[in-house]
Amino acid sequence: MNPILAAENLGRVLPGEVPVTLVQDVTLDIERGEFVAIMGPSGSGKSSLLYLLGLLDTPTSGRVWLDGRDTSRFGEDELAATRLEKLGFVFQFHFLLAEFTVLDNVLLPMRRLSARPEDEARQRAAELLRQLGLGDQGHKRPHQLSGGQRQRVAIARALANDPPVVLADEPTGNLDSHASANVRQILHDLTRELGKTVVAVTHDLTFASAADRRIGIVDGLIAPDWQA
Amino acid sequence: MDEAGGRCARFETWAIFRQAAPSTPVRHPPFSNRLTFGQGSTVSIQLAIAVTHLVSRKRPTLVSLVGIALGVAFFLAVSSLMRGSERDFIKRLVDNSPHLTVYDEYRNPQPQPATLRWPDGAVELRRVKPLREVRGIRGHAQKLAFIESLPGLRAAPVLVGSVVLTFAGRSEGVTLNGIVPAKMKGVSTIEDKMTQGSLEALAAHPNGLVIGEGLARKFGLSLGGVVNAVSPAGESRALKVVGIFRTGNAGYDETQTFTLLKRAQGLLDRPDRVNRFILQFDDPYVAREVASLIEARIGYKAVSWLEASEDLMSVLLVRNLIMYSVVSAILVVAAFGIYNTLSTIVMEKVHDIAILKSMGFHAHDIRRIFLAEGVMLGLVGSLLGLGLGLGLMGLLIQVEIKPPGATDIVHLPIYWGYDQYLLALGFAMASAVGAAVLPARKAARVQPVTILRGMG
Ligand SMILES: Nc1ncnc2c1ncn2[C@@H]1O[C@H](COP(=O)(O)OP(=O)(O)O)[C@@H](O)[C@H]1O
Ligand SMILES: [Mg+2]
Repeated sequence: MNPILAAENLGRVLPGEVPVTLVQDVTLDIERGEFVAIMGPSGSGKSSLLYLLGLLDTPTSGRVWLDGRDTSRFGEDELAATRLEKLGFVFQFHFLLAEFTVLDNVLLPMRRLSARPEDEARQRAAELLRQLGLGDQGHKRPHQLSGGQRQRVAIARALANDPPVVLADEPTGNLDSHASANVRQILHDLTRELGKTVVAVTHDLTFASAADRRIGIVDGLIAPDWQA
Repeated sequence: MDEAGGRCARFETWAIFRQAAPSTPVRHPPFSNRLTFGQGSTVSIQLAIAVTHLVSRKRPTLVSLVGIALGVAFFLAVSSLMRGSERDFIKRLVDNSPHLTVYDEYRNPQPQPATLRWPDGAVELRRVKPLREVRGIRGHAQKLAFIESLPGLRAAPVLVGSVVLTFAGRSEGVTLNGIVPAKMKGVSTIEDKMTQGSLEALAAHPNGLVIGEGLARKFGLSLGGVVNAVSPAGESRALKVVGIFRTGNAGYDETQTFTLLKRAQGLLDRPDRVNRFILQFDDPYVAREVASLIEARIGYKAVSWLEASEDLMSVLLVRNLIMYSVVSAILVVAAFGIYNTLSTIVMEKVHDIAILKSMGFHAHDIRRIFLAEGVMLGLVGSLLGLGLGLGLMGLLIQVEIKPPGATDIVHLPIYWGYDQYLLALGFAMASAVGAAVLPARKAARVQPVTILRGMG
């Protein structure tokens, strides 16, 4: 079977007087249902790689294959549509919309895709929150929640349109050890129980050891023998 | 601590995923969302986001609304006054002169008989003297009958000529209007301007004459006085003053006189002739079209009041253009308030924009969110301004003025026509949406990675 996500000689150089190389010649295949940890020193290009894999950024060389499709030919609208349906993001700083309730935040991607009728979408959002242990928090505003709770809302939102791939950038980087363990477990379960593919950038060794595979990135290059 | 119950997140089943996704997912090509308002969700989520932006920035939003509202209110107050006074002016102009006059002339000179005979001929006869026509409208009875058959108007035949009036050794050249009093009443306000006697008295007195107050004063004439009238044709007759009018227009009151049509025909030696039709309409603004209809049908020159006062009309048009430019400029200034508010929101919400885009919102979704904010500010501001403007107009119409020399108290003329509300709304919306275009474009161009890189 095709890998769900693949990078082919992926490179990203920031143009400028002194061009900055963020990612160089990264080639990797990620299989369906895999739980992959990306590791490396700070500033090594892990986030940059994740943005490229998540179609948020456009590579300056090479290409990203998603679900067997070459995304280098996609226009802006198709990239956005693909992010909406195929990809879910979880960032270190949970980007929730402050004016919306927790439930409405989870509803956002479903409303944008509008594949489900409103009442069905609401049911699904409530169920997602319940599964993530936030069943009674839906009516609250994000600022009324703890960091760990907010990160779980972000995960619920990433899962809203049931994407095959979830990308996480240091999802536990800002959490205490207990909340970290909780989020790590959730991401792990996503791969084991739902067959989702999870690619997570992390500094957390416990997190990394739970992954099926660890990829080291140093200076924008894959470093096969990198050890934290 | 909330994380203490963390194990609840170890979902036993994830049942939702087992049944959740629609069996055949409803696929929407990227563009279908643009027009499917019925679908609702996409549009309403954009609107919902737009509303939260405005609500979260209460003070700038309020200032923008007040700007637009004041602009619209001022627009309406000025426009209603200017248009009201214009209407007032036109009403005076229109009421005191015929809406349409048909003359015994042709608009274009009649072609020479030689040109008619040889249309392609290269020769033009110079110095051809047209046969001196005995002027008057030919077949006036049928032509008048045709005009009177048109709806919404009244018409009266008139024979206009010059005579010299002599009284007590004094002579004065005046214009003599031979009229049919019953018909004249329908087309002229002269009846209302009678200070002594009446127009109908002419019907009872075949030798009656109605003159203006100015002329009566010149001659020292009063009701019942007899003047001698001499026409260029050499006819002369004694006429008795049976009515005196005052229009307030000195020139008119000193030179215009009225007598029976038959008497005028006799005096001017134009038996059974009429050289003018005077028309009055229920709606004066149709005069122009009816004029061309009549001209096409009967051939004679028909001049509407609009044509006769074309110079005045163009002055009024220029005046309106200036007025609307000035009041719209105020809305343009108000638009800067909106631009400022929206630009600030774009800057403050740049993280939200980045997250929406990373989530899969399109650039045009983001653009539409901010355009919607412009539309909402414009719409709400306009509605507030409409209320405020109507209030101002209500106050203005109560203002009482007593012009010097006049006895009546007059009110400021206020125009209530709906077209100015539409204009105000149009200008306000155009300014508001125009002001939103740049911030919306800037928001749509936000690259999520740029923001994400900045975050860490
Ligand atoms: N806008 C930028 N201009 C110049 N250098 C940048 C910019 N953004 C990121 N970088 C550099 O690119 C490198 C990779 O960054 P990043 O992908 O965030 O690394 P990581 O996530 O591994 O910490 C870093 O060295 C960072 O300093
Ligand atoms: Mg990073």
